[in-house]
Amino acid sequence: MYTRMYVLRFPKDITDQPIICKLVKNYDVEFNILQATILVQQEGVMVLELRGVKANVDKGVAYLKSLGVGVERVATSIRRDSDKCFQCGACSGICPTGALYIDRRDMSVLFDLEKCTGCALCVPVCPVRAMEVSLNRSSISAPFPASLAVPASIS
Amino acid sequence: MSASELSKGKCVKTYEEINAKIRAGEVVVVTAEEMVGIVKKHGAEGAARKVDVVTTGTFSPMCSSGAFINFGHSNPTTKGWKVWLNDIPAYAGLAAVDIYIGATEMPEDDPLNKVYPGEFRYGGGHVIEDLVAGRSVRLRVLGYGTDCYPHKLIEKDVFLKDLPFALMVNPRNCYQNYNCAINLSDRTIYTYMGTLKPHGRNANYCSAGELSPLMNDPFYRTIGLGTRIFLGGSIGYVTWQGTQHNPNALRSENGTTRRPAGTLMVQGDLKKMSSQWLKGVSMQGYGSTIAVGLGVPIPILNAEMAAFTGVSDADIYTQVVDYSYDYSHAVARNYGEVSYAQLKSGEIEVNGKKVQTAPLSSVVKAREIAETLKKWIIEEAFTLVEPVRMLPDK
Repeated sequence: MYTRMYVLRFPKDITDQPIICKLVKNYDVEFNILQATILVQQEGVMVLELRGVKANVDKGVAYLKSLGVGVERVATSIRRDSDKCFQCGACSGICPTGALYIDRRDMSVLFDLEKCTGCALCVPVCPVRAMEVSLNRSSISAPFPASLAVPASIS
Repeated sequence: MSASELSKGKCVKTYEEINAKIRAGEVVVVTAEEMVGIVKKHGAEGAARKVDVVTTGTFSPMCSSGAFINFGHSNPTTKGWKVWLNDIPAYAGLAAVDIYIGATEMPEDDPLNKVYPGEFRYGGGHVIEDLVAGRSVRLRVLGYGTDCYPHKLIEKDVFLKDLPFALMVNPRNCYQNYNCAINLSDRTIYTYMGTLKPHGRNANYCSAGELSPLMNDPFYRTIGLGTRIFLGGSIGYVTWQGTQHNPNALRSENGTTRRPAGTLMVQGDLKKMSSQWLKGVSMQGYGSTIAVGLGVPIPILNAEMAAFTGVSDADIYTQVVDYSYDYSHAVARNYGEVSYAQLKSGEIEVNGKKVQTAPLSSVVKAREIAETLKKWIIEEAFTLVEPVRMLPDK
């Protein structure tokens, strides 16, 4: 089973459409909504886990992109600053998905990006603030395809 | 080993003999982790014959840390009355340009816990880290003006290298054991032991266990005033017992304490330290402090010291304490005892329920400190100092 965690950013003009419903019906993927702020006439953000045959997940993602939905792997929005982190392990007690965990053989503190849902519980718990999570709206870097971002008159 | 000692069949070594081996490049040094297996295999007596020095280490938040700084005279001169470094107040009640910056000090305009739980993003510990990292720090000095110190205000950016004097002096570091903290109330609490979920759903602990310095010399037979140590990435010294030093805590048969017990006061030249081993720390809802890297070399003078340093995580216990009420109301009660082997497994049992554990003390870094000390002794002739005064053991 292929599993991927995505941050989806919905342009405000399509937040009223049943996009996730169609995604599931047409591409035969399982989904798990981990975070969602979708309001009519506002840009929406969703953290979505997709599971299924890889080809289906890829097709589903292509469908989302075709609608103008910004699709980014959660992994690209999360970072552990390894200079700051001193591997104490405080985060391992609070991480709900086991993305931050301790290898019991040598007590090293590891970070498995693929399991991270971007919940950000680790951010304030880390004594040296080594975890950086940028899933909120203010940190949107390049969320939309250029065709949507650039006004029609210019293109 | 002298002939008379040999005839008795007991291994006895002096500091001088060990230091001679260090200088000759013949010393045998192992870390406290490595010593566990050596004592198991060869027994205490055999281990004492094989090993000369055992190195230890610990790296975790350590309150009661700070630095004495002399920031130099201005022209015209200023007598510092109130002094800040990056808006963190430093204690100035010493002499005209001498201050002490404490690790837990916060800016006067920090919201603290008014917005609960507070973030405590930047405090005295962060100032020390910034200085050691070579970053500039804003020095602000208010004077009240005297005939000999007429100037009343200094405001400038300073670097550690330009300060005439900077000495890390930590009145209490290196706790010999610490509590395992749980929260039995029905709301999340924010403590110096980290964030504790309600109904005892997680347990936090803070010790390097078998690598921790005072776990390996439980009666302070070799660690005393003058002991040369690893402190903040450079050389430091033990200069007294720390505040709250309590040698009378409950002990196991192997000598290790089952409660918070001994502590060390330490100092070292801040200018030689590294921000890799001194890190400003923010404990959500509690405050700011500093994580300090500290390691102590322990001379294996005899079989007894070999036995002490051979102690393993499975032989070291601590108590589980409720931080929602018992700790804050000085109730001497615990919810059982657990070994560090159990704590490090990631799960303990409290009140018949399985509870996930998390450490605040870095084993990876503690091991790196012990390895660094080993390297210093073997490659850089870091010799051992016989204490000029022992720490109180009762």
